[in-house]
Amino acid sequence: MNDLLEVLRQAITLLLERDSATWEITRLSLYVSGAALGLSTVAGLPLGALLALRSFRGRRLLVALIYTGMGLPPVAVGLCVYLLLSRSGPLGDLEWLFTPQAMILAQTIISLPVVAGLTMTSIQGADPALRVQLRALGASPLQVTMALLWEVRSGVLVALIAGFGAIISEVGAVMLVGGNIAGSTRVLTTAIVLETRKGQFDLALALTFVLLALTFAINMGTLLLQQRLTRR
Amino acid sequence: MLRNVSKRYGKRTVLHIDRLTIHAGRTLAILGPSGAGKSTLLRLLNFLETPDTGQIEYDGRLIVHGRLPLTTLREVTTVFQRPLLLDTTVWQNVAYGLRLRGRVEREAVVAALQQVGLDRLDRVSARILSGGEAQRVALARALVIKPRVLLLDEPTANLDPANVTIIEEVIQRLRREGTTIVIVTHHLFQARRLADDVALLMDGALIEAGSGEQIFQQPRDPRTAAFIEGRMVY
Amino acid sequence: MQLKRLLATLAMLPLLAACGSSPVASTPAEPPGTAGAAAASPVLRLATTTSTADSGLLDAILPAFEALSGAKVEVIATGTGQALELGANGDVDVVLVHAREREEAFIAAGDGINRYHVMYNDFVIVGPVDDPAGIKDNPRASAAFAAIAAARATFVSRGDESGTHAKEQSIWASIGMTPTGTLVWYRSLGQGMGETLITANELGAYTLTDRATWLSTRKNVPNLTLLVGGATIEDNPDRTLYNPYSVIVVNPAKHPTVNHELAVPFANWLTSPETRAVIRDFGRTEYGQSLFLPEVAP
Repeated sequence: MNDLLEVLRQAITLLLERDSATWEITRLSLYVSGAALGLSTVAGLPLGALLALRSFRGRRLLVALIYTGMGLPPVAVGLCVYLLLSRSGPLGDLEWLFTPQAMILAQTIISLPVVAGLTMTSIQGADPALRVQLRALGASPLQVTMALLWEVRSGVLVALIAGFGAIISEVGAVMLVGGNIAGSTRVLTTAIVLETRKGQFDLALALTFVLLALTFAINMGTLLLQQRLTRR
Repeated sequence: MLRNVSKRYGKRTVLHIDRLTIHAGRTLAILGPSGAGKSTLLRLLNFLETPDTGQIEYDGRLIVHGRLPLTTLREVTTVFQRPLLLDTTVWQNVAYGLRLRGRVEREAVVAALQQVGLDRLDRVSARILSGGEAQRVALARALVIKPRVLLLDEPTANLDPANVTIIEEVIQRLRREGTTIVIVTHHLFQARRLADDVALLMDGALIEAGSGEQIFQQPRDPRTAAFIEGRMVY
Repeated sequence: MQLKRLLATLAMLPLLAACGSSPVASTPAEPPGTAGAAAASPVLRLATTTSTADSGLLDAILPAFEALSGAKVEVIATGTGQALELGANGDVDVVLVHAREREEAFIAAGDGINRYHVMYNDFVIVGPVDDPAGIKDNPRASAAFAAIAAARATFVSRGDESGTHAKEQSIWASIGMTPTGTLVWYRSLGQGMGETLITANELGAYTLTDRATWLSTRKNVPNLTLLVGGATIEDNPDRTLYNPYSVIVVNPAKHPTVNHELAVPFANWLTSPETRAVIRDFGRTEYGQSLFLPEVAP
């Protein structure tokens, strides 16, 4: 363990040796977290906009819940989803436990508050007079919301990055509701835990390297997109 | 036409107008010191806020807020004191109102930009415009949707004379074309240059309204006289 | 235009992710319900402790059962407590665990039937090479623990309510001790075996580990050496360190959705002579010794 570079070299060799299994869990990581982020986006952007732009009964409670949700430990979410999807649980008939669907559900619950909360604060940061101006130009409430989301697109992108970051590196929930089943619910993070537990540190490090490279590539891509979207 | 309209923010009544008629096809200048309720009046006229009491009649129809058809809302627009542009190109800003209405007409956008003398800057980001240019874009953005009623909230405040001239020329053209215009200003000379009718607002109350000649030549209310002679201390 | 493009991109996200994943297993594409008993490719869900899965034993033996039965075995490797809990909730069809008392409670509660002994492995005590408590080759684990306590030498505990942790607590109890984190030399980690060995390596501490994890982790923890428990399972002088595994079929009367039709043949297969031979041979090539012995612990 002394020479980290040496370990890294071994790690890459190991990766190349067991390529198909590694690619499979990498793909599943992307699929599960990508789908969860997609769902969080579809629900979180409108929710964040609603909370930023409208006042209604229970709004403050909802905001407090979202802020709480942003700090929930993934394993706690996983436990709740497990109890929900267990065959003895209320949604047991779905037979989702230990499937990617269960993992997507859990990760959606983890990332939704992040996406909604950060979207809300982004929109709240926009000039309130702009809303009035857009309305005066004849925008319907929906059109105002769309324009504001576009106006604060940098903030929305950050919300999505933060939401993705919260789940791609998350292990507690997917381990519990996915079960880390080889070939069906094993993702990068649970594989890392497994290999560490087994004492296969080289492999654990190699997988960590894959996870890092993946998130780095995604964040780099988003950064470039952000620059393109906001360039002068 | 406004009847018995009032607006409160919290406990403070910022505007109370017994009766004010805005004539179609004419230009009304609203004069008055800061804090007189001029901007509040414009927001009410653009249906952006709901009056706490009273009624607003538009084009012979009583306006019921909350059930206002989008088509009616879209006949009226406002250019505010600050340009409030979207973070995109000049072209996209001007085209915005048309896109909301589901029709982007290239020629209309070009024509609007030409009227404010900015057709060469169409691809530029709105963020790098000067204050005067930005306000001209804001005006073009309103022009392009050909509103029946154009509301202007101190559109030339803090602008240099060249920009003021360009904007006033556009307003004069619209006036000739028969657009109903309400312009809030505290420049007496601008009111004289641009308006057919003048209304004076003070402390949320309508002091006097009438034709331009009448107000400037023979003000009935002593406060109007004081205001137009520049003797009013505020 | 730009706004529409952004929205289109956002809407595409889940689709893109779905495209990227299409070659992954079969589960995402299939409708829920395929895991049920009557589906074309039946699935047997096995909850087990990390030791059987992490040692690679299941990878070595399960393909034979899958070939024989045409079923896919999905392994959920977790702590003993959680594995039994999964069985108690009917979320798995069969459990393979090592925790005598909890197994009996599981049967008593009506959650499981048909319990069979499958195999045993053993625990060993590892510690720093200089062995400050002087426990090397002590034939009794309890005596070694007493020496560690007397020397106030650092000891790290799993502290995670795992089977290994339970065994450690029972050894302390046998000498009338219940050490807690308030003692300066006793560290309760709440971690898995691999992490606990790393910690012991860094702290120069003693710890109790199962032999399989020790053998596979040994190369990464150079400061540690095996002190008590002998070179192989057969050589272990202290039979209290033996660790028997049972397979328990989840009770179909209590959980009608479990795949009982597959669970019973699985339990029978696991205890068959052919499988026993494979279990005995497992690890011999890599470590020169068996990691599990397929009979009732002596």
